[in-house]
Parts: sequence; structure tokens; C-alpha cells
Amino acid sequence: MAADSPAVLLEGLWKYFGSFPALRDVSFAVHPGAALALLGRNGAGKTTLLRILGGLSRPDRGKVTILGGATRSASVRARIGLLGHGIGIYDELSALENLTFHARLQGLAEPAKAAHAWLERTGLHAVRDGLAREFSRGMRQRLAVARAFLHEPSLFLLDEPFTALDDRAIAVLQSLLREALARGATVVMSTHQLREALELATDVAMVQKGRVVHSGPRTEAMLADPALLYRTYGEPL
Amino acid sequence: MKFLRPALLIASKDLRSEFRTKETLNASFSFALAILVLFSFAFDPDSDMIRQIAGGLLWMVFAFSSALILNRGFAREVPNDCLDTLIASPVSGAQLFLGKTLANYVLLLLVEAVSLPVFGVFYNANWARRLGPLMLVFVLAAWALAVMGTMFSALTVNLRLRELMLPALLYPALVPALMAAIQLTNLLIAGDTVGKEDQIWFRLLAGFDAIFTLLGLALAETVFVG
Amino acid sequence: MRNPILYLFAAVAAVLLAWDLYKVFMVLPDELNQGMIYRIIYFHVPAAMVAFAAFFGSLVASAGYLTTKEMRYDSFSAAAIEVGFVFATVNLVTGSIWGRIIWGIWWTWDARLTSMFVCWLLYAAYLLLRRAIDEPAQRARLSAVLSIFAFTDVVIVWKSIEWWRTQHPGPVLSIRGGGGMAPGMQAPLYWNALALALLATILLVLRMRQEAARREIDSLRRQAYAL
Repeated sequence: MAADSPAVLLEGLWKYFGSFPALRDVSFAVHPGAALALLGRNGAGKTTLLRILGGLSRPDRGKVTILGGATRSASVRARIGLLGHGIGIYDELSALENLTFHARLQGLAEPAKAAHAWLERTGLHAVRDGLAREFSRGMRQRLAVARAFLHEPSLFLLDEPFTALDDRAIAVLQSLLREALARGATVVMSTHQLREALELATDVAMVQKGRVVHSGPRTEAMLADPALLYRTYGEPL
Repeated sequence: MKFLRPALLIASKDLRSEFRTKETLNASFSFALAILVLFSFAFDPDSDMIRQIAGGLLWMVFAFSSALILNRGFAREVPNDCLDTLIASPVSGAQLFLGKTLANYVLLLLVEAVSLPVFGVFYNANWARRLGPLMLVFVLAAWALAVMGTMFSALTVNLRLRELMLPALLYPALVPALMAAIQLTNLLIAGDTVGKEDQIWFRLLAGFDAIFTLLGLALAETVFVG
Repeated sequence: MRNPILYLFAAVAAVLLAWDLYKVFMVLPDELNQGMIYRIIYFHVPAAMVAFAAFFGSLVASAGYLTTKEMRYDSFSAAAIEVGFVFATVNLVTGSIWGRIIWGIWWTWDARLTSMFVCWLLYAAYLLLRRAIDEPAQRARLSAVLSIFAFTDVVIVWKSIEWWRTQHPGPVLSIRGGGGMAPGMQAPLYWNALALALLATILLVLRMRQEAARREIDSLRRQAYAL
């Protein structure tokens, strides 16, 4: 992979649910170190798009290149951190067991070490042997964040990451994302929490009925007035 | 080995959380006991008939009680969208399928290992006379249950009617394997040896296992990735 | 397939069926051992042939869907299994009636009856699975996998139940040589098979059109929700 080649490259992507095109001719590129915020209403196709990027679903037409490889190749998937609607945590396992399992799944050389390190970082080390189902909501969310970050991915795919997070978890997630961006990782996130997302984003893409109707850098004007994009592209909030 | 490691990891994760609560094992085992009791009303449990129908009775018990375990295998991944996390991780569909099958297999063997002596006590049957070949039947037929059940529970995991769909799909598909297991178990519990013409049932079981294991591994990625 | 061809198929099937009914009931003599009930074989056997051809067609179409993701393969697979299922039912019911007359019982767990019944259950499960999935692409994908599993299983079921017990009258047709039907009695069987195959084709094409319409409706509904 050349240094300046995009981390995510979509070329003419189509996805059908039967005859219904959920994604129509979606093309864009996200460069390493960039953070793209996918905006749009529910049902616009943001989740479908993220699922394709994460290798959970295949496009019907078009080409997806992620970190220079195909979406379902194991080496590419080992470099993706996914945080979807569900937290991806097993309730019957302890915090430590959850993280150790994911570290092994990701093929880390020292799974236990990574698990302990991330429990420290997310402030869960003291309760590492507690079962996830006994945790408070906020603790579970921090555990999910640790789960998505522990293999130090090069690309983060976040579907509504700030929804349902408490203040502390939002702060943890934001600082971790900033740190990851600083080391050159790429972020693609879908969100309705415009303020949190726009603060972090370097680029925005507006998805409407399966099409990308606008994509470009995030401007100061958007930060001052988060609803601007929606007004400009004809979909009132 | 490189292929097996993620499968073993997933299987051991499943077994660890199952052994922590033992919910599925307990439910499956008490269901097996209940069926054993109910069967005692279906015929005279002291008669010689028990020898002729022991295989059928046992495999009905295993087939029905295993549905609980098989349903649970993937249902375990549904809360918190854990299945998505597994599919997105650098583990192939085939490895995920194999891991789930292995975990189910261990649990099925456990239920069988506990139910068999209980059956022996309840129905006064001396089942250990041909222990070696009988174990082979259990090992082969439990794998058939595990592999078919895991595949079909993967097919139905995201459906509204998950619990209802699995038995409808599973039992007709298991007919050849159950038939062979019943035939062999009948022979072996009666103390007979497996004669030349009955060898075919071992071959049927082994063939069934091999064919559907390969088919499952080949199609798993298609099932998981939409 | 365009309508004129369908009408032509229907006309040919109707003529064939009428001609065969005439032959079977008015021309052919009663069979030596079975009397008049043997005539049911002219529907019993062709129905099984058509059912298995349809199930096999679904297997091929399912593989086609999984490799191309073309929805028309899914339509074909669904239509073929529904039509095949109907003919399998015809086969089971006619077999049962025949058994009542010849064996004096409606049902016996003989090899072929059992196999056909297991096969019928497997494809009933396929139809159940289709109904349980709402999203068309997911439905196509999962039912294609099930169709492949089901057909593989049917082959094994058939073989294994044959080993289990054989009480059914041996092969009737002389395909492998040495069968028991007089040549004059065989011809109407093949003509009936052709007629039923034409009928099945018509049903299949109509059902495929329905599936396409259904997908269209589903797509429109999704578009309406997305407004």
C-alpha cells in the first residue's frame, strides 16, 4: 500500500435488498488519518454502508478497497475496529475474559497483556473479574470501547457510537479516537449526535436514499451550525 | 492448526460461558429425563421389548433434548450483536461454523453420557456389553446432530421464529443419521456384534458426517456474510 | 417466457392428458394381479418424476443464485420447490390410495413411501423458512443454502431407506432392463409424464412471475418507508 493511497476507497457501490437499491452508486475515498462523519436520516443507508466496509455484507456491484485489500480478507479484518449498535460483549463472561477472547480472536501475540492494558485505560481494571452482565451501562460501554480498540486498528467503523453513551464513555471514546487519529488511523462513523461527531470529523458525507449527495471537508460553518448540512441538502432535521 | 485455532477459541469461549451458568445443559438434561419417564408409559418398561426398541428410545431422547442445546449455540451470540463482532473479526465463516459445531458437540456428548446410564437404570438395560462399538455410534451420531444442528441454527439465527424453525428443519434432515444410530444401538445394546451386513450403518453415519461437515464448511461464509 | 408459448404448452398438455385418460381408462385392459387400480401408476410415477426434476432444478438454481446473486435464480428455485412439492403430494396421495386397495392399508413404512415422505417434510421446511424471512436478498441466500442441503439429504435418505427395508414392489419400469410392464402399457406413462412436465412448467413460469411482482411490491414498500 502506497503511503498516500486511501484507507477506504468505494467505487460505484450498489447494494440491493431484492429489487430495492439500498445503496446507489456510492463512491468516495477516505484518506489515512481522516475522520469521516456519515450523516443522514435513519434508513438512508449509513448502516448498510458500514456493514459492507466491515465485511458483514457484500455489495452487489462496485468495488471496495480497504487498507489496500478486499473487505473479507483476514489481514484487512484484523486491522478494523468495529463498534456497532450492539456492544459485542458477552454477558456471562468477565471483563477480562471478554477482552482476552477478543485479543485472541484478533490474533494478538500477547492477548492477556493487551486485555489488562485496555482495562486500565478504560478504568475497568479494578472490576476485571466481574461479569459483564453485572456492570452498569456506562461500564459496559467502556468495555465495548476497549474491545474495539485493543488490537489497535488502522480503521475504525463506528455506527452511532455516541448514541446511548453516558458522559464518561463519550469522553473516553473521544479521547481515544483523537489519539488514534493522531497516530494515523482512519475513522468512518455514522451519527445523529452532530455536535460530538462534527468536532471530531475532518470530512463529512451526506447520505440520502442510498446516495451520497454531498461529500467534502468539514467546515467551521458546520461546527457553528450543525444543522446547516441538513438544511443545505434539502432534508430538514 | 492455523485453521483450527480460531475454531477452538470460539468453542472454548462457548463452553466456558455454558459451564459458568449450566443453563442449557441443565435444561437439556432434565428434558431428557422427562422424555425417559414419559416413555415408560408408552410400553411396559420391564418387558423384553426394551431390547428391541432401546436404540429408538435413546435416540429420540437425544434428538429432542439436543434441540435446546443447538438452538442456544447461536442464540448466545444474539444479545449485544456479538455475532456481528465475530463475523467482522479475522475469522472465516468456516472457522466460526466449526467452532460452534465443536462446542455443540461437546455439550451433546455430555448430555448423552449422562442420559445413557440413567436409561440403563430406569429400564434395567445392560448397555455396556459392547461398549467400544457403542461409543463409536455415539461419537459419530452426535457429530451428525451437531453439524446439522449448527448449520440450521446458523440459518435461522436472525429470524423472528428461530426456536420454531429449527426442529422443522432439523429432524427430517437427520433421518438417515438417526436411522443408522438406532439400528446400531439396538444391535449393540442387545449384546450382538455388528455383522457384515450391518457395517453399512457405520458407513452411512461416517458418510453423513463427512458430507455435511464439508458442505457446512463450504457454505458457512455464504450463510454469515449477507 | 412469453404468453403464446405458455398457451401452446397448456394446449398440448390438455390434449395429451385427455388422450391419455382415454387410453388409460378405455383402451388398456385391467392388470393381471392388481385389477383396475394399477392405472393410478400413470399419475403416481410421473408426479414423482416431475417432483424430483423440480427439486433438482432448484438445486441448480440455488447454486446459480449463490454464484451470481441474480434474483431470478431465487424465483426459479422457490417456484420449482413449490411446484415440486405439489407433485410430491400427488405422488404420496396416489400411492396411499393404491396401498389401500392392494395392501389394505393407507400407509405403510415401506422404503419408498418413507423416503418420499421425508423428502416432502424437508421441502415443507424449505417453504417454512422462506415464509419466515422478510428481506428478499437474505431470503434468497439462506433458502439457496437450505435447498442445497435438502437435495443432498434427499439423496442420502433415499439410499439409506432402501437399505433399511424393502417391501415396495420392485422397480416397475424397464429402464434397467427386466422390468415388469408390457410395452403397450408403458407408452401412456411417458406421455403422461410429458403432459405433467408441461403443466409443471406452466405453473413454474407463473409462479416466477409472481415472485418478481412480489419483489417489486416489496421494493416499492421500502421506497415508501424511506420517503
